[in-house]
Amino acid sequence: MTTIQHKKSNPIAHLTPEDIEAIGVELDAIRDEVMGSRGAKDAAYIRRVIKVQRGLELSSRAVLLFSLFPPAWLVGTAGLSVAKILENMEVGHNILHGQWDWMRDPKIHSTKWEWDHASPAEQWKHSHNELHHTYTNVVGKDNDLGYGIMRVDEEQRWSPAHLGQPLYNFINACLFEYGIAAYDLELGKNLATPERRKDPKFRAALKATRRKIGKQMLKDYVVHPALSGPSFLHTIAANATANLVRNLWSHSVIMCGHFPNGVETFEKTSIEGETRGEWYLRQMLGSANISGTKLMHIMTGNLSHQIEHHLFPDMPSNRYAQISPKIKDLFQRYGLKYTTGPLPKQVASAWWKVLRLSLPNKPVVAPRAVAAERPAPVSDPAARWRRLPAAAAAAAAPAPVEAL
Amino acid sequence: MAVIRTLGSGAWRVVELITTPVVPADYLDAIAPLRNAKVLRARVEAVRPETANSATLVLRPGRGWVPHEPGQYARVGVDVAGVRLWRSYSITSTPARRDGRITITVNAVPGGVVSTHLVRRARRGMLLHLDVPTGEFLLPATRPAKALFVTAGSGITPVMGMLRSALHELRDVVVVHSAGTHEAVVFGAELRTLAAEGRIRLIERHTRTDGRIKPADLDELVPDLFERQVWACGPNEMLDDLEAHWADAEAGHLLVTERFRPALISGEGGGTVTFTKSGTVVETDGSVPLLDSGEQAGVLMPSGCRMGICFSCVLPLREGAVRDLRDGSLTVAEPGDSIPVQTCISAAAGPCQIEN
Ligand SMILES: Cc1cc2nc3c(=O)[nH]c(=O)nc-3n(C[C@H](O)[C@H](O)[C@H](O)COP(=O)(O)OP(=O)(O)OC[C@H]3O[C@@H](n4cnc5c(N)ncnc54)[C@H](O)[C@@H]3O)c2cc1C
Ligand code: FES
Repeated sequence: MTTIQHKKSNPIAHLTPEDIEAIGVELDAIRDEVMGSRGAKDAAYIRRVIKVQRGLELSSRAVLLFSLFPPAWLVGTAGLSVAKILENMEVGHNILHGQWDWMRDPKIHSTKWEWDHASPAEQWKHSHNELHHTYTNVVGKDNDLGYGIMRVDEEQRWSPAHLGQPLYNFINACLFEYGIAAYDLELGKNLATPERRKDPKFRAALKATRRKIGKQMLKDYVVHPALSGPSFLHTIAANATANLVRNLWSHSVIMCGHFPNGVETFEKTSIEGETRGEWYLRQMLGSANISGTKLMHIMTGNLSHQIEHHLFPDMPSNRYAQISPKIKDLFQRYGLKYTTGPLPKQVASAWWKVLRLSLPNKPVVAPRAVAAERPAPVSDPAARWRRLPAAAAAAAAPAPVEAL
Repeated sequence: MAVIRTLGSGAWRVVELITTPVVPADYLDAIAPLRNAKVLRARVEAVRPETANSATLVLRPGRGWVPHEPGQYARVGVDVAGVRLWRSYSITSTPARRDGRITITVNAVPGGVVSTHLVRRARRGMLLHLDVPTGEFLLPATRPAKALFVTAGSGITPVMGMLRSALHELRDVVVVHSAGTHEAVVFGAELRTLAAEGRIRLIERHTRTDGRIKPADLDELVPDLFERQVWACGPNEMLDDLEAHWADAEAGHLLVTERFRPALISGEGGGTVTFTKSGTVVETDGSVPLLDSGEQAGVLMPSGCRMGICFSCVLPLREGAVRDLRDGSLTVAEPGDSIPVQTCISAAAGPCQIEN
């Protein structure tokens, strides 16, 4: 993959600035419709998922009290793996995105939620919601691209260290929650110099993460095993397995979100003065979906609707499936590629990229197509998140929505 | 003792580790929602219609409830269309109830989200959220020799709480109550019975036919008006009139009022409000309180009475200007300031930053 600005055939070259703003207006309309219709059914949905998750976790842990018996071990471990996946994906990730803040229930609120994960919710929210979702797929800004340890774009300079990246990726997959914790702490950057290491902010964050990991470890590897008495060691093994399964699963799902073939990356300079329409467009092109059954969507925390999620990160996850036909239609009408595929295919595609880019490639040079076409950057970059007031939006998009 | 306590808290910490990152009570909530002292809830045990537009809810408060004083209200949190909304309701039962139940009596206001929901859709078994009772609309410990209650509409509720609890300690009670029609009088039968038994003197006014009561009318209806301690609750216009009348007679100290709605002036201005901790940014106009703007944007806002009296909603204004919707006064914070403002009665008067 090459940043979109350097591609030979630029997939958005056919779009005029007016088209791009019109896309934004259409997407805003879809958003308004859903957000305005959130109600008791949605609230019941998330409460039900939480209830099922807790019931499953509790009963699996109860079964694991007898993990000495192989059938109990199997059933308990499978149940706990599923419970942990649900907790991280459909429940934790989405609540921490603020998808359920509108309910004003302090028990299900992004500012109060803590999840079954090595990284404290507060830190994860910063690196994920503020950085990754803002700078999605911008090389050099979105650290989710390769997590700062891998080469995931042809334009990143190759070094011999990259030969090992399939191995790093595998290790990262197995220990994914710790990888994310380290990543949220920006360990690489913050351990680099003595000043950074001593920075009180970093030290506080480090302490919070250590405490969080300590508690998680005590729970999974001391308290629950101790409760199961003679099954002590078996329960340790069961909990470790469940954590491993959850890590491998979430790593696979997340790789599918931005790595597979067809997903575009962007140049740092291309987002200066980005408009709301351009921001939307970047989200559309920078994400990939996973096709599958309803159960599949729930188990991925609806990140199988990564495109919809990146367009509207704070929309309740149970609504992504509902808007997905409209989004697909929008892609089609504007001649854009809606990247999707079944899990095995997308995982393979993402892994293929990791393997391919572990080797050097020919340097890419191509005209900076998009940047040249773009209108002069708007001066206030902070405003690009903000929706234009209705009048300004109408002026920016002379083509009325109905006409498209 | 100390050892036992240490052991106890140590054991508790282990129990907490079993359920970390959530607390054990979160699991308990699924089976025994009233047992959680950290989250006060109440179960609706019965719903009794009072009039065509009002109903009394019998509530069983969970752990954490403290007994109320007659005249006080409690905040009630109700999920309407998935959104938790908090409103205040006066407690109409006596604290002496043996079964620990309380009652609130809700009048459905036209277009009222919560009141309509409670009156029309509350059912036995429904769970509500609750806050501990509060309020300064109280009878003094030394009961007054002569008391007057002036109420209108649902304003009878806190007074009914007082009468049910303390009438036996009051010797001379006059109740002046207004409602649209005979049928619209909440607690009509009970009040009329008390009057028939000679325990209160009831002056009932049906505004649909007789028009609204004016303070001057009171001079005639209650000859010893200014010899009485007065408690008044009803629409703001009525309370404004009464306050003016008692102030004119230099008897303002005899009058205690309870308002169900803040007396607001409509604001000018508006602006972008930034909630600094959550990072939420909202455009507001000058008439919507910061509390409402924040809540609508999904920010968890502390709140209480929602009308400028309890200060539970206070948050620091870090920068910018807000206007007090009650009197139009302006509060301005320079960068670096941290001025506490009541978000429920303040609206943005230009861009401002609220720490939350
Ligand atoms: C201390 C205190 C005690 C209270 N005790 C009681 C009580 O015992 N019984 C009771 O029924 N209510 C009581 N209230 C009023 C109650 O808290 C709500 O304000 C009321 O039920 C309306 O809420 P809502 O959600 O239905 O209306 P909203 O949806 O908030 O408002 C809808 C419309 O109704 C108007 N409105 C709001 N409140 C009133 C009102 N009181 N009368 C007429 N119009 C209104 C609003 O301006 C708006 O236009 C009390 C309020 C306070 C502050
Ligand atoms: S909520 Fe009571 S003063 Fe604002």
